[in-house]
Amino acid sequence: MSVAHFAVGDRVQVRNLEVEEGLAGHMRAPVYCRGFTGEIERFCGIFGNPESLAYGRDGQPAQPLYRVRFRQIELWPDYRGAAADTLEIEVYQHWLKAS
Amino acid sequence: MSHDDHHHHHHSDHDAIEAPDTSNSDTALLADALRLVLIDKGVFSAHDVQDQLSLMDTRSDRNGAAMVARAWVDADYRAAMMADSAAAAKTLGYDTKGTPLVVLENTNDVHNVIVCTLCSCYPVTLLGPSPEWYKSKAYRARVVRDPRSVLREFGTDIAADREVRVHDSTADMRYMIMPQRPEGTAGLSEAELASLITRNGLIGVAEL
Amino acid sequence: MSQNPPVTKAYHDVGGDDFGPIPTEDGAYQLWERRVDAMMRLLSSPQVGLMRVDELRRGIETLGEDVYNAEPYYGKWARSLAAIMIEKGVVSREDLDAKIEALRVERGLKR
Repeated sequence: MSVAHFAVGDRVQVRNLEVEEGLAGHMRAPVYCRGFTGEIERFCGIFGNPESLAYGRDGQPAQPLYRVRFRQIELWPDYRGAAADTLEIEVYQHWLKAS
Repeated sequence: MSHDDHHHHHHSDHDAIEAPDTSNSDTALLADALRLVLIDKGVFSAHDVQDQLSLMDTRSDRNGAAMVARAWVDADYRAAMMADSAAAAKTLGYDTKGTPLVVLENTNDVHNVIVCTLCSCYPVTLLGPSPEWYKSKAYRARVVRDPRSVLREFGTDIAADREVRVHDSTADMRYMIMPQRPEGTAGLSEAELASLITRNGLIGVAEL
Repeated sequence: MSQNPPVTKAYHDVGGDDFGPIPTEDGAYQLWERRVDAMMRLLSSPQVGLMRVDELRRGIETLGEDVYNAEPYYGKWARSLAAIMIEKGVVSREDLDAKIEALRVERGLKR
């Protein structure tokens, strides 16, 4: 099991593991958020890694999961909404690096 | 060889349109064949399948509405629901079977809306089966990028000074919205309050 | 460091893509579709333990884009379940084909 090392409020960038590590197959980090920076909104717990579970493997090492909050005006160049609007998704720790 | 095959249309109590009958499509035949082969092999029984169909009927948006109505009238339940939504659901008899549930509270400052862009995860235990539009690529694609336009298509306008917060359920959490209690409802019973709460309000594409 | 090649998005990863109006029609599920849901619940139950939701998703993500776009929701599930059950050796393709043929005969369906 991987140790949780991000704290609420930390600025984190979503990695692009397809590019960085040649990761392929089942992934739960949508492309639209990869490379973008958000803030840890909360720690959600430790869960089996879906990239492993999806292939009948045991999901180990289990990964800390975080809810990450993004500002919409930073995610989308043409965002049509309020400057305060946000988007939150859950991201597994191995997809995140400190920003 | 025994089998449990029947042909009849199932009418759900909230549908507006009778869908074309696809019971004999290639995919339906594959689905039925798989089910029957698994029964033949003893993986589960026809009775097990029937039990699941019965359980399906207990899952509807009236469950989520009951939770929200209770939270509106009972401050302790509201606090419990916000601290551990799955446990609070279970105390009302709605068992999410270990799937984490998170209730998001709409406030004067924040309007929440839920989506699952990658597939269409949805809190079925509390809301019943998801609507087709929720599963559509159009909703999944657009609500993360331009939520206010999507909400407007549902007739919902969120003031510019309120934050619209989109939740993309990418992991195991399932989300449900707790809408704001409408004005002028102080005298209503819990059941009357629940009847005001719509499925679209619990998803976040509508206010009440 | 080499240039990052552009990522080709998988067909299910649609967040942020351009689409027109949200479809409004909704319909009831047919019995076969409800039975697919029941089947997945049973297969992924602790008692049976033959499927995980992650596997169902992965199966749907590997159906191919044409199938993904053409199949209704539970049709995708059914195809994914069949593929994974075959992959795990719980059923064989031959088992399924024989049962499909038997159903066609029983229902008086022309090929």
